[in-house]
Amino acid sequence: MRRIAIVGGTKGIGRAVARQLVARGDRVALLGRDAADLTASASDLAARAPAGSVGPAATAHLDLSHPETYEPALDAAARDLGGLDTIVVTAGAFGTQEALEADAEARERVLSTNFTQTIQFCEAARVRLIAAGGGTLCVLGSVAGDRARKPVVLYGATKAGLAYYMQGIDLRYRDAGLRAVLVKPGFVRTGMTAGLPEPPFAANPDDVAPAIVRAIDRGTPQIYVPAIWRLVMLVIRWLPGAVMRRVKF
Amino acid sequence: MLSGWGRWPVVPGHELLSEDLPSLTCGANLTRGLGRSYGDASLPSTPTARVAGSRLADRVIAFDPDSGALHAEAGLTLRDINRTFLPRGWFVPVTPGTSFVTLGGAVASDVHGKNHHRAGTFGRHVRRLRLRAGTGDVVEASPEVEPDLFDATIGGMGLTGHMLDVEVTLRRVPSSWIAGETEYVPDLEALIERLLDAGTTWPYTLAWMDALGAGGRGRGVVYRGRWAEAADAGARTLIWPREIAVPISAPYWALSPFGMRWFNELVSLRYGRGIRHSLMHPQTFFYPLDSLLDWNKAYGRRGFTQYQCVLPHKAGLATYRKVFQTIEARGGAPYVVVIKDFGAEGRGRLSFPCPGMTFSIDMPVQDGKTQGIVDAVNDIVAAEGGRVYLTKDAFTREAHYRAMDARVDAFNAIRRRWDPEGRIRSALSVRLLGDAA
Repeated sequence: MRRIAIVGGTKGIGRAVARQLVARGDRVALLGRDAADLTASASDLAARAPAGSVGPAATAHLDLSHPETYEPALDAAARDLGGLDTIVVTAGAFGTQEALEADAEARERVLSTNFTQTIQFCEAARVRLIAAGGGTLCVLGSVAGDRARKPVVLYGATKAGLAYYMQGIDLRYRDAGLRAVLVKPGFVRTGMTAGLPEPPFAANPDDVAPAIVRAIDRGTPQIYVPAIWRLVMLVIRWLPGAVMRRVKF
Repeated sequence: MLSGWGRWPVVPGHELLSEDLPSLTCGANLTRGLGRSYGDASLPSTPTARVAGSRLADRVIAFDPDSGALHAEAGLTLRDINRTFLPRGWFVPVTPGTSFVTLGGAVASDVHGKNHHRAGTFGRHVRRLRLRAGTGDVVEASPEVEPDLFDATIGGMGLTGHMLDVEVTLRRVPSSWIAGETEYVPDLEALIERLLDAGTTWPYTLAWMDALGAGGRGRGVVYRGRWAEAADAGARTLIWPREIAVPISAPYWALSPFGMRWFNELVSLRYGRGIRHSLMHPQTFFYPLDSLLDWNKAYGRRGFTQYQCVLPHKAGLATYRKVFQTIEARGGAPYVVVIKDFGAEGRGRLSFPCPGMTFSIDMPVQDGKTQGIVDAVNDIVAAEGGRVYLTKDAFTREAHYRAMDARVDAFNAIRRRWDPEGRIRSALSVRLLGDAA
């Protein structure tokens, strides 16, 4: 049985992952800002847990933009779950390139949430997991971080930076017992992507959650979900700049 | 662009999605779930209308394992409910032929299933709901509190308000498997007789009919089922089948009358001549097409419609035959025909089921033909005192609908009480219920 803290577990991919974990008997703590939202999601998880599970879901207050909330949140999660061996971050901010270019405030929010705040939190998580003798840190990146593309310049840059960080801590701390798992989702139908034109291979959160759980179990350093995106991004990474300047995607 | 399951009509517009349904529905003109109604019930009346999509709001709020009461957000699907609760001995009390239906959608359509003759519609099992009325207020409704609003919402096609959460009583089942039986029947008369007969002893019944070709007309298969007792089901574990997506639309000629004739021939052969018993997976028994996601694409880009009507028992065999003769005479192709007997009418003010026989007929949309076919069959149905199922309908004209259903004005009066400005509308309510576009 795993003891997992999830940031962003009330919505989208995080919600689907939390449900998968709880359904197989793991214990989950949801970390976030909105207490009512956390409680509602914890009730949902409790109802979905197998009969006889004890305290399948807990909640704790965490605000990524306030680093002083990190330690108390992780303390509370560890206390409620009786330990903590896995920390998952699925929270993130998104804006279309047009929206982010037009709005400095939205830009600041996406850049700081996805890069600075996420990495600050991961640092706290990393230290705690290693101190406890090792554990898994799973973070959601994006295929947008694999190659700069016209519609996702700013968002892609944050995810590229995050990917570098995850690769780095995998190299540096795997021997110390840290398993850094970077998940790169393609287009997944969530509230974050609502209203965007749907590319091929679009998936639902429930479709990608099993692969993410498997990666957490195995400690896979990097996975694409759905898996087809590994191939797609392989091609896109190799396209010359002259081509990328011409295409719209 | 938005369309229903039949992929006709297709209208401009887009849906807004969020996990936060109470915020999303503020100022919205229509809420849709999975868009599995066939015609225009889930489509906006104008391209600029605010359409809220409920499917991300899918949290269980509470489940009481003693009573089976499940309280959940309106976007939770029957598929999710079954997969979560069937292993614990609970199943949805009523299910249509697909599990890709949200709770809100099941209430709005007041869906019925193979057990209608026993269990009635979905609405019979709803304890209470919470909705955002057209005024913007959040209202709780149940048989005791605001019963008019509750009854109008059951089968009200989402026009009485935006459903936020629903409490429904699940059905306790002795195992996760269905003890099923199929019986080949050579003609329509025997088919209906066997179906009605099956209803006296079986909780789940349905008939499939081969309506193509003069020779085969009326032959079919009667399906009967009940939940297997734990001892009969044994220790087998229930594994849900993998769902396969259909990536592209079939060319328009893929489903031809010729091909379908062979398909029907195969179905008949599969069920042999006589009665077969088997222990069936609930997915096979209740949702045979759910494992093939987007099967609607098999009808090609032009889309298809499902004409579903109910005819009172007194209409009789001659009328049933006339329906199929009319469709054939006008060049229609009734590819898939499903027949079911309905039990008593429920409390829904605009619900479709009423005592009689219901026929669902899948037809590809054919330019210039389909409208005429539906008009001609509606003439028969209206004359016999039957009515059509709005969830499937895309072609019925307002005059026909009014002739079939005298309840429209009373329904609209309840709507107006909760939505005096007429904010909540759909393409269907403009087409059939007299709403301004």
